[in-house]
Amino acid sequence: MTIMTYRQALHDTLRAEMLKDDSVFLMGEEIGNFEGSYKITAGLLQEFGEKRVRDTPIAEEGFTGVAIGAAMLGLRPVIEMMTINFSMLALDQIVNHAAKIYGMFGGQARVPLVIRTPGGGGQQLGATHSQNIELYYAFVPGMKVVAPSTPADAKALLLAAIRDDDPVLFLENLALYNTKGEVPDGDTPAEIGRAAVTRPGSDLTLIGYSRMAHVASEVAANLAASDGLDIEVIDLRSLRPLDRDTVISSVRKTHAAVVLEDDWLTYGIGAEVAASISDGAFDYLDAPVRRVAMAEVPLPYSKPLETAALPSGDDVIAAIRQTLAAVGHRVLPS
Amino acid sequence: MASQTRRRRSAPPAGSTVPDAQLREFYRDMVLVRRFEERAARAYTEALVGGYCHLNLGEEAAVVGLMSALRPTDYLFTNYREHGYAIMRGIDPSKVMAELYGRVDGVSKGWGGSMHMFDVTHRLLGGYGIVGGQIPLATGAALAIDYRDGDEVVMCTLGDGTTAIGAFHESLNIAGLWNLPIVYVIINNGLGMGTTVAKSSAEPELYKRGAAYRIESARVDGFDPVAVRKAAEAAIGVARGGRPYLLEVVTERLRGHSVVDPAKYRSAEEVERLKNEDPIAGFGQKLLADGVLDDDAVARIEADVADVVAAAAAFAESSPHPEVSTLFDYTYATPVPNDSRRLPGQPLFDPEPLPASGVHA
Repeated sequence: MTIMTYRQALHDTLRAEMLKDDSVFLMGEEIGNFEGSYKITAGLLQEFGEKRVRDTPIAEEGFTGVAIGAAMLGLRPVIEMMTINFSMLALDQIVNHAAKIYGMFGGQARVPLVIRTPGGGGQQLGATHSQNIELYYAFVPGMKVVAPSTPADAKALLLAAIRDDDPVLFLENLALYNTKGEVPDGDTPAEIGRAAVTRPGSDLTLIGYSRMAHVASEVAANLAASDGLDIEVIDLRSLRPLDRDTVISSVRKTHAAVVLEDDWLTYGIGAEVAASISDGAFDYLDAPVRRVAMAEVPLPYSKPLETAALPSGDDVIAAIRQTLAAVGHRVLPS
Repeated sequence: MASQTRRRRSAPPAGSTVPDAQLREFYRDMVLVRRFEERAARAYTEALVGGYCHLNLGEEAAVVGLMSALRPTDYLFTNYREHGYAIMRGIDPSKVMAELYGRVDGVSKGWGGSMHMFDVTHRLLGGYGIVGGQIPLATGAALAIDYRDGDEVVMCTLGDGTTAIGAFHESLNIAGLWNLPIVYVIINNGLGMGTTVAKSSAEPELYKRGAAYRIESARVDGFDPVAVRKAAEAAIGVARGGRPYLLEVVTERLRGHSVVDPAKYRSAEEVERLKNEDPIAGFGQKLLADGVLDDDAVARIEADVADVVAAAAAFAESSPHPEVSTLFDYTYATPVPNDSRRLPGQPLFDPEPLPASGVHA
């Protein structure tokens, strides 16, 4: 067990997999000489050379498709999309090709591709550089979408993603790169498609992923201290496949749920989770499922406006209080 | 227009003469593609084939010349007008027809249809329905070959209209930068659906687009299978030597964009002109005049091809449809937990009995 940052866990895992498997190589904009916009690939060009650490031209559709084609011939490309916002330039290659090649040709070609990319607002980057559009990919059968929130999960899920024979969108987060945590030393990939109950509880289920999994844990700890509430926290970890069973088991126990997400409210991941709860735990619910998400605006540059638009811990606490108030069998201090 | 540019072609590349047996094979293969496509069109009008159906009619010399230049170990990526390419890569015409019929014995098991033929054994790595989608993929396959120091090449065919799409330019740039072993082939039939090359490309001499990426390029008469073969050999030679190549094959689309397109956008003059433009008739007359073929040989080829096509249609019709129980078998290559294997209307979770008390403890 070693304590390290989320960034270091990603870097070390990429390096370890490249040492282990010659078919693993990296492509992306500014990942070599520049060492990556967020320095995940620092030092790897020097160690592995230009064949396996490829700086690409600014051509997201082109280099993503190149990675898919290389994967069809059995290589294991890990591409870095500088931020998830730019992945929209590659939408056709990801959605129409990476996700469909296995099915469309009757299972004759696999696409063992990993697309690493950070989402996340809150950096005053304005409307086009602050989005969380993992939903676009989680919508598509054939894609897998994982979203680690801790350094340990960053390692375990990246190991799993690189070794998976299907295309995986690996969602990172700008706000998490410097967070620290314990990382197991061994070589144990996670199982893609399993959520984690990161805090057991009985009063309410709080569900999040990526940055919002941290918000959920903080809120649960704070409300335990301030109100004596016993909140169960679920970190989804995988958005497709979605671990509905873990969510439903929890809600059948707690009878109430609040879903957190860093993207827009309408049609979101939270909507899918809420619909799943309706399907699997309707009779167990004591209050409507609440979603806490980003305000539905293009994210502004202005700091006060940006802060207001992004979901905060206080927003989550308010939603929890309202949910429990709706239950009507518990009196809470205001 | 395409026919004019075709006549203004540069001289075909020099090379060894083609043996008579090869010329007869070219002719036979061109007739096979023609008759197969005519049979496909008939099956479409009989509602035995669904979806879109784009035919290689008029492009037979291009298809046959290009495919004859590839080694079996080379790879082909192409677009949605690919039945002829599939057959000429060596795939059994019956499996191609069965795919058109959507049957389980189809080359893509009925999952792809007319636009999405794929056969890993014959190294046809797709028919792709999205215009330009195949170009980055093909470039990536070339990267994989280069990565492993292989001596295969990739051929990637695309239509004239596709040269306007970003993926074309991004891919050529990458192939040029990284010296990838790939031949991009523009099949210029003069029309992207109903839009002429002159209206869609600011540089209507499409092969010249290679210059922007320092990629060697050439244009060849797509009605002459021998010229196409020689041009393809030269292009493949460059690619096998580690440089990409851009080849423009100027041809004609004798019918509409797809089977259902009556091509009313074509002028009366053009329709009249096309009646006298046929690569198979032209090549056949030349072989007859040169004594390579005689009338008996032509008749034998027609009869032989008719048998192949009839057998393909019969095979397709007798092949079963895929079982609905296999619907969820090809979403993921590796099993996933919590897989959503639900038909429309099925609940995510089986209904549970109501809690006995109606309220919770």
